[in-house]
Amino acid sequence: MTYLRDVGALARKDLLLELRARDTLPAMLLFVVSTFVVFHFALPARSSQLAASGLLWVAIVFTALLGLGRAFVPEREQRVLDGLVLAPCDRSAIWLAKSLATLAFLAAAEVVALPAFALFFHGLNGATVGGVVLADLGICAVGTFLGAMAVATRARDLLLPLIFLPLAIPIVIGGVGASVVGSPARYLGFLALYDGLFALVCWASFEYVVTE
Amino acid sequence: MIRARKLGKRFGEKRVLHGVDLEIEAGGFALVTGPNGSGKTTLLRICAGLALPSEGEVELGIGRARIGYLAHEPLVYRELSALENLDLYGRLYRVPERRERIGMLLERFDLWDVRHERVASYSRGMTQRLALCRVLLHEPSLLVLDEPYTALDTAGAELLDAQLAELRGDRTFLVSTHDPDRVASLATARLALA
Amino acid sequence: MSPQGAQLRSVGRSYRIPLPGLAALALGLVTLALVLVFFVVPNDANQGFSQRIFYFHVSIALTAYACFVGGAWKALVHLWKRDPLADLESYVAVHQGLIFGSLVLITGSIWAKISWGHWWLWSEDQLVLFLVLFLFYAAYFMLRFSVDPGPQRANLSAVYALFGVVLIPVSFLAIRIAKDFIHPVVFTRHGPSFGGWILVAYCVSQIAMLALAYALYRVELAGKRLDERLRGLREVLA
Repeated sequence: MTYLRDVGALARKDLLLELRARDTLPAMLLFVVSTFVVFHFALPARSSQLAASGLLWVAIVFTALLGLGRAFVPEREQRVLDGLVLAPCDRSAIWLAKSLATLAFLAAAEVVALPAFALFFHGLNGATVGGVVLADLGICAVGTFLGAMAVATRARDLLLPLIFLPLAIPIVIGGVGASVVGSPARYLGFLALYDGLFALVCWASFEYVVTE
Repeated sequence: MIRARKLGKRFGEKRVLHGVDLEIEAGGFALVTGPNGSGKTTLLRICAGLALPSEGEVELGIGRARIGYLAHEPLVYRELSALENLDLYGRLYRVPERRERIGMLLERFDLWDVRHERVASYSRGMTQRLALCRVLLHEPSLLVLDEPYTALDTAGAELLDAQLAELRGDRTFLVSTHDPDRVASLATARLALA
Repeated sequence: MSPQGAQLRSVGRSYRIPLPGLAALALGLVTLALVLVFFVVPNDANQGFSQRIFYFHVSIALTAYACFVGGAWKALVHLWKRDPLADLESYVAVHQGLIFGSLVLITGSIWAKISWGHWWLWSEDQLVLFLVLFLFYAAYFMLRFSVDPGPQRANLSAVYALFGVVLIPVSFLAIRIAKDFIHPVVFTRHGPSFGGWILVAYCVSQIAMLALAYALYRVELAGKRLDERLRGLREVLA
């Protein structure tokens, strides 16, 4: 399947770029841990465990935003994106590859963040971890797509949070629900629905974001 | 191979091209000249398939896989090496015998010794030569070159001259330049933009 | 892929309903709706002013949805046909949607204050949904004004408008399921039983709002197209 091979080649390129630059992932790690410390001081003494669970999702969304803002920076410099768009591969492969690479960074950040959260606040159950996995898929799919849009504008880093957050609200609802409610199945199901639906829309319309 | 009629391009308020007619048959070599801001780059972008005209129409006889476009920017990743950049493009363009072809081009353009170094460390001339490798990698039938001689030193320019002479005849060229005399002998058609 | 020339049609589409007639119709319907809601609907079926404003709140909400869906439809047409007029129509539809959306938030807030004593109610699904949509479509304008006019701006706006229309049902579902852990104070609303004048008043106000939105849409669109023509003429003279 040449499509998957193209996605593979592009994703390898993104991972290689991050390996060389080594700036996005460390920044995300530091950011998420700092955010937890801020949360500790932001939660008054008698706050419930649930409040902390909710804040985990805030941390995830904003850490992801940090990473997403950097996603298309290499392509923005010197319009390298034109080179990729000229290639005969399907343009949606560019989006898919970038999303997968961003997913890898977000997951790597969470490998540190989740244990840190457990250390600072309270343990995490299986449903929360499941929720994080499903939410990550949605965040990366939609966030990478919007990142490509933002990079085409003058406002760039200013715009990405504005267009991303309204779309992230359902993800936060799904994630928090999965973390705090007794029967998380419907929330996990909802997250899966969100992921499927928006991934489809992203895949079908990326072509129009990068071409005229 | 390329036929454009009454081509126009506007960016919002600003009109960059108007009423351009262009026809290049297969194997031809069209030269586009004009002062800065006359729309040469925009015209070439449209002919390469990167932009759509606002007015008029353009027909490209071939698909993306057979077009090679040299832009003002080299379109390579600065943090990757020449080899890594060409390997990526080689995969995307499904170049057969990729490794051999890349090696051959890097040698021809005198970049073999620096193939593992980051493009960020190259001089402008070297980067331009790498861009030429990128353009020629997939053996395109149509070469759209936007001011290919910029940033090249004498040696680089001679390498390019040799390449153009070698490919002239089997490939179709659309070249814009500030220095028309250099390629005048190769040209079969000229278009001057106001 | 071979690019197709896109012809900029600054004139071309004519509409079946003439604008002055439409404006008069909209004005007439809105007046009729106001009269029906405030004077004709029997008093005992309403709990005063708050219930009356609800007729408009609901009809404005549905009108806003219609605008967003209309905007998304035009966006799809633009992406398919690369028609700059469709882009303009999409933009104006979304603009109307945002205006009516703001009105939903305002009428909803007034209704909440009068009925329950709070200016905002997280328990009202429709209100919360419109808050999210307001944020989303306000960002549409930030996006649009951050790109120079041209095919790229049109494409980005169109894709974003499509995302919006997918977001509407997804957000609605999300807000519904969020109820489990948000634990809102549940206010039971004693709805009027539908019948007689109430139904008539509601239907008239719904049609009136739709007519008003369409009239405003046509007005704004006419203004924008005139701008385009003016620009085109200026260029020819230059």
